[in-house]
Amino acid sequence: MRFVFKTSYDADIRWFKHGAQLFWYALLLAMMIALPLVFIISGNSYLLGEITSVLIFSVACLGLMLLTGQTGLASLGHAAFMAMGCYANILLLNAGVPWLIAFPLAGLLAGLFGTIIAMPVLRLHGVYLALATLAMSIITGDVIDLTEKWTGGVSGISVPDISIFGYTINKYANPYAFYYVALAVVVICTMFYRNLLRSPSGRSFAAIRDSEVSAQAMGINLTRTKATSFFLSCTMAGLAGAMFGHSATYVTHETFDIVMSITLFLAIVVGGLGFMHGAFLGAIISGLIPVLIANGRTLLSTTFGININIPGLESAMFACIVIAFILFEPMGLYGRWLKIRTYFELFPFYRKDMFRRQKSYLKTERVQ
Amino acid sequence: MSHAPLLEIKNATQRFGGVVAVNDVSLHVNEGEVFALVGPNGAGKSTVFNLLSRFHTPAEGSITFDGNDVLKLSSDDVPSIGIARTFQNIELFEQATVLQNLLVGRHRHRKSNIFSELFFTPKARNEERQHRHAVEQVIDFLDLQAYRDKMISGLPYGVRKVVELGRALATEPKLLLLDEPASGLSVEETQDMAFWIEDMQKQMGITILMVEHDMGLVSAVSNRVLALSDGKELATGTPAEVQSHPAVIEAYLGTSGIQKGGKK
Amino acid sequence: MPGAELGGKRLDFVQLIVSGLANGCVYGLIALGFVMIYKATEAVNFAQGDFMMLGAFFCLGFTNADFMGLNFWLAVPLAMIFMGILGYVFDWGVLRHMSGQSQTSIVILTIAVGFILRFVAGTVWSHEPVSLETPFAGVNLDFGGVVLGVNELLIIVVTIILTVALFVFFSRTKLGIAMQAASQNQLAAYYMGVPVKRIQSLVWALSGVVAAVAGILFASKGAIDPSSGLLGIKAFAAAAIGGFGSLPGALVGGLIIGLIEPLAARFAPDGFAGVARIAPYAILIIVLIFRPGGLFSQTQKKKV
Repeated sequence: MRFVFKTSYDADIRWFKHGAQLFWYALLLAMMIALPLVFIISGNSYLLGEITSVLIFSVACLGLMLLTGQTGLASLGHAAFMAMGCYANILLLNAGVPWLIAFPLAGLLAGLFGTIIAMPVLRLHGVYLALATLAMSIITGDVIDLTEKWTGGVSGISVPDISIFGYTINKYANPYAFYYVALAVVVICTMFYRNLLRSPSGRSFAAIRDSEVSAQAMGINLTRTKATSFFLSCTMAGLAGAMFGHSATYVTHETFDIVMSITLFLAIVVGGLGFMHGAFLGAIISGLIPVLIANGRTLLSTTFGININIPGLESAMFACIVIAFILFEPMGLYGRWLKIRTYFELFPFYRKDMFRRQKSYLKTERVQ
Repeated sequence: MSHAPLLEIKNATQRFGGVVAVNDVSLHVNEGEVFALVGPNGAGKSTVFNLLSRFHTPAEGSITFDGNDVLKLSSDDVPSIGIARTFQNIELFEQATVLQNLLVGRHRHRKSNIFSELFFTPKARNEERQHRHAVEQVIDFLDLQAYRDKMISGLPYGVRKVVELGRALATEPKLLLLDEPASGLSVEETQDMAFWIEDMQKQMGITILMVEHDMGLVSAVSNRVLALSDGKELATGTPAEVQSHPAVIEAYLGTSGIQKGGKK
Repeated sequence: MPGAELGGKRLDFVQLIVSGLANGCVYGLIALGFVMIYKATEAVNFAQGDFMMLGAFFCLGFTNADFMGLNFWLAVPLAMIFMGILGYVFDWGVLRHMSGQSQTSIVILTIAVGFILRFVAGTVWSHEPVSLETPFAGVNLDFGGVVLGVNELLIIVVTIILTVALFVFFSRTKLGIAMQAASQNQLAAYYMGVPVKRIQSLVWALSGVVAAVAGILFASKGAIDPSSGLLGIKAFAAAAIGGFGSLPGALVGGLIIGLIEPLAARFAPDGFAGVARIAPYAILIIVLIFRPGGLFSQTQKKKV
């Protein structure tokens, strides 16, 4: 087990607790930067496209994690804010705004839009909030239909290419450059998230998640803090949506549907609610499943000649994974990793009940 | 005493449906004193606290604190005028460390805004250091060093109680509301609590208003006591006076009370 | 003749209302199912719509000529029993191991279960819409020019009977009262000798039965496919309008949603047909904003 001797307050404030941690994350970043080399050498960029998608999805997961994992507000409608970011980005680009301005602006617009929409529902708790956001996500498609003039509605709209100082980036023409753009967005969002965690805002989010009354008694304004969380979360979702648009190159009213909202939500649960790493792990899992199924299908049909094509198999498999996690590992993948790490750190003194939750009886707060 | 009391509640009445939880209660707490509210369960003690932290609005009456009209504030403004509190059933932030819990207590001193925090500017970093410094002193005062980086959800009850006290202290209050600080604590822990209350009063100059059932603790630390029953004031005075007051004895032991004394 | 045209419009309007009411009854029954669960266990079953869909498919699987071809009146109780068992087993096998976990985890769990049920129904029966073969399919009654489908009238009648039966069950029978007790304070109910765990499983079973009835009624009115379960979200709107804790509220909410849909479709200006699809959810959001606890509000602030 590693003992960190704290000699200054900065030891708690720094991004990394100790040198080894810094080393591993630096190594990870270096690997991510060097990754395209592998594909350039092999000449096959299909997998790189998948990895880019996972990166984009992880930005959305980070956004939702901030809201649901950190602030405790469940949103089942985050695809709606992704849609907002995506369409805002398209409209701004089509209006001739340079990408470097249009892209962050689209995120901010989505954040603003999310906050305005969320303001009235912020008073709602738990299930009611989930319901309101679910309703929001269902009507997204219809609203896109109704605003066909700008959004293209059912027939869809094509997404302009990214253009940075005259250098045009298209997912298919320059997959490597597109990958780096996605990576940059992920790194920037991660840095912001990490900064939040070590400052009063992040703590006030967690305070609201754990106990609203005592957060209030400590001087935290519930409405303002929840609205801030919504704003940041929707901004990240908006950025992810805009990137998603670039990646899809063509979006219709069905692109950001309820399944996407729910998949996002399930992804952060599998990853581990409340942990920043959980957002990434969840994004990886939800990105891996379709790839695995596709590969499994090819394997079956080439080696055994069996063709299986069952609609809904991906969702069902993902749902099974989610159920398994909720039943056996409510802390998610990252929670499992923490347990394994603690096991080795404390070896042989790890106790099975170390992370066990208290079981509680239900006493309703409703008035009958 | 010539100057006005720090906290003054005048004729406060609070009803829940048909139940009158607090009935025309008046009290004042002077600066630097330890004031205890005692009374049987359901006497309205916690309701008085909830009125002070503005979780409820009284039907009638007024509350002034340090020149501020408390009833004009919202719950989250109450800490900023210097009132901090603990809860009867411990309301800590379970999925956070002790350090983080105490740092939330510093929230009322926050000067940074969301943007300086997102970029973690040098100013935000400096502020964070100052918060850490303030919290570290609370940790030293309450001997919480061993638990600094532990999650609340894994801590024993007694420690949680202390952490909650620490979180309230971290706000640097003028008035501290302690809701049953000794309930569920062992004899030794209760003794520690008594020392801390004394230190807070004498060294830090914090005024304390507490609800407590343990008459031993109340007699040991409080300057004045107010006994409540069924939302009504029974008696006010020194601990000894209140304990020997006939109405108090009756409320605790019933009309046929033959024994005197209020030990529970 | 303007008079006849007006009369025709009026008749048309009556049909619209009856059809809306019939739809509303189905929504109301689904809503009733999860309000029961919510009241008894404080869990929210996001898969209730999929339960409904599965109930319909069970009945369809028993009675349709393509599958088992049993008598319709035998298939209905069979479907109800199967759904009851499914509800019981789900609580006993899955939810009982989740005590102490947050409400959100149960929400997520039931959402995931919904996905699986949709997949199972699609794989076992059909991915395409199928209609339930009922003895009264296509039979109409003529009330002086107003032609109403027997299935629609039957939906309304069955809903009324079921509601009255449930009301009697909850207020008169020992089991019903035990269910209410368990819903208010588990620990106290334990102390009073109420077998809380079994009671909760029974509530799930009961709501499975109600879902089966809703599903059969829904399928008798038109076709059903695996994604019909998404209808549950409209029923959610109904339950939320009713205030989640109130059984009559759920029904009223269902009727409101059921009526609004056809009316919005009919009176929406041209080119805004989407409004009708948005209407139920828009109403849900409006109700949540202005009366967060629903029209029959029962919520209160946490006590400290």
